[in-house]
Amino acid sequence: MVLGTYKEIVSARATDKQIQKVAQDGGIVTGLLAFALEEKIIEGAVVAGPSEKFWKPEPMVAMSADEIIAAAGTKYTFSPNVMMLKKAVRQYGIEKLGTVAIPCQTMGIRKMQSYPFGVRFLADKIKLLIGIYCMENFPYASLETFISEKMGVSMEMVEKMDIGKGKFWVHTQDEVLSIPLKETHGYEQSGCNICLDYVAELGDLSTGSVGSPDGWSTVITRTDGGDSIFKQAVEAGAFETKDIANVKPGLDLLQKLSAQKKEKNQKTIDKRKEMGLPVPF
Amino acid sequence: MSLINRIKKFFGMEAKPDIEAEPDAAKSAEGASEQEVEKVAEEKAKPRIGYIHLSGCTGDVMSLSENYDILAELLTNMVDIVYGQTLADVWWDDENPMPEMDLALVEGSVCLQDEHSLKELMEVRKRAAMVCAFGSCSATGCFTRYSRGGQQAQPAHESFVPIADLVKVDCAIPGCPPSPEIIAKTVVALINGDMDYLQPMIDLAGMTEACGCDLQLKVVNHALCIGCGTCVMACQTRALDMTNGRPELNSDRCVKCGVCYVQCPRSWWPDEQVKKDLGL
Repeated sequence: MVLGTYKEIVSARATDKQIQKVAQDGGIVTGLLAFALEEKIIEGAVVAGPSEKFWKPEPMVAMSADEIIAAAGTKYTFSPNVMMLKKAVRQYGIEKLGTVAIPCQTMGIRKMQSYPFGVRFLADKIKLLIGIYCMENFPYASLETFISEKMGVSMEMVEKMDIGKGKFWVHTQDEVLSIPLKETHGYEQSGCNICLDYVAELGDLSTGSVGSPDGWSTVITRTDGGDSIFKQAVEAGAFETKDIANVKPGLDLLQKLSAQKKEKNQKTIDKRKEMGLPVPF
Repeated sequence: MSLINRIKKFFGMEAKPDIEAEPDAAKSAEGASEQEVEKVAEEKAKPRIGYIHLSGCTGDVMSLSENYDILAELLTNMVDIVYGQTLADVWWDDENPMPEMDLALVEGSVCLQDEHSLKELMEVRKRAAMVCAFGSCSATGCFTRYSRGGQQAQPAHESFVPIADLVKVDCAIPGCPPSPEIIAKTVVALINGDMDYLQPMIDLAGMTEACGCDLQLKVVNHALCIGCGTCVMACQTRALDMTNGRPELNSDRCVKCGVCYVQCPRSWWPDEQVKKDLGL
């Protein structure tokens, strides 16, 4: 199954105007974590918060909607969120935890839940794991290369970054710049090149931009827990939804990109095996 | 619902029908009531467990005991603790032979200069169907890797090795200590003969050399690291941090337990088990 196991796929966006303003796409992650916090489904969430350096995220434990909103927007470099889960439980005393994770991070979390060798009393405290689609990720210095060197813009001028329609986009206050995605190849971390998961197949639910129009997200509900929390949020009016069959570009594009990622990276896996290099899957 | 299934449910493990594993036995038990068949199935599944304490700190067996909610049921109804100090006051000597065991949980590494430890380990191997390296000292040597003798009152006691250096080990549960959950899950899987779940523990019996630097050597150097931070979460001594999306080891803090590499999603990946646990 090219999109993993799921219950339902819809196009959705948060109804909260404040979230719409700061969100990368439909504000699903921000809106759902804020909703879960308000409904006491979770007591806090590990998110990719800001750091001292522009566009370099740092994992943080958010305990209020404001802190969650402050972490909105995609940063195209590493935020090792998984490392903060233990801190959230031990040092912040959170018993019901939410988090957002890219596919490889969901794998670290799910493996720990099935096989918690050294990680005690954490597996059952993760109540909501929102996965986000991910084609690849970049070291921070790669972003500097694209933005400072190739586009000639300093990092602090950037207001939004986006990958879509074959280009890497940067929005500043005055202009929108882009470079073809081809020019970013070879700058991604190489660990991404054996990843077979595009749409966060192990999240309670997963979300991303592909398939839905600008300002909207494609939401895939997967586990019973993820499905019920999302439905609760929709019922409470936190999100408006559209049938994915009625939106453009829709599921076809999502399936196409997922299949492409799997196919391309399977080739890398096969090549590695030929060379005698280890591959975990 | 049987006891095993109740406990499996507690850990979110898939519950199977009680007598599924013995369909023929159930059919042939003509005349026997269903209850009796169930009872036989349960009795059959009750393994004899021994706990052997070598050069360890008792932290591993304490971790076992931290399964508060199920411990009483586990000890009284699910397993027979037939040997060991701490859990059962049974000690082996020339007059009292060590009992036969289905599973021996061996905590601690072995001091090569201590003949009693060596003798006990060899005897355990003879008496136990399955020997489990219980905790990192037993599995990887852990911080006894730093031992070098020279202390009173046995200055010559300097060499400590993981038990697999001396005897065949069937499975390992690394961790300093292993979490209460992984211990309970392992024991339940053993009772059920769930070899799929146990496969990683069986594979890990071969991992006797461990260090935080495994992440650099086996993950980063092999172009496998994706900067997720799972290793940092897993580290039990805060010897790891993430720098520019890669694990950075403070080797002065590392106790060589091996948990960072074991927990890394890029060292081994239990795809089917994860999906089964999630209901996907």
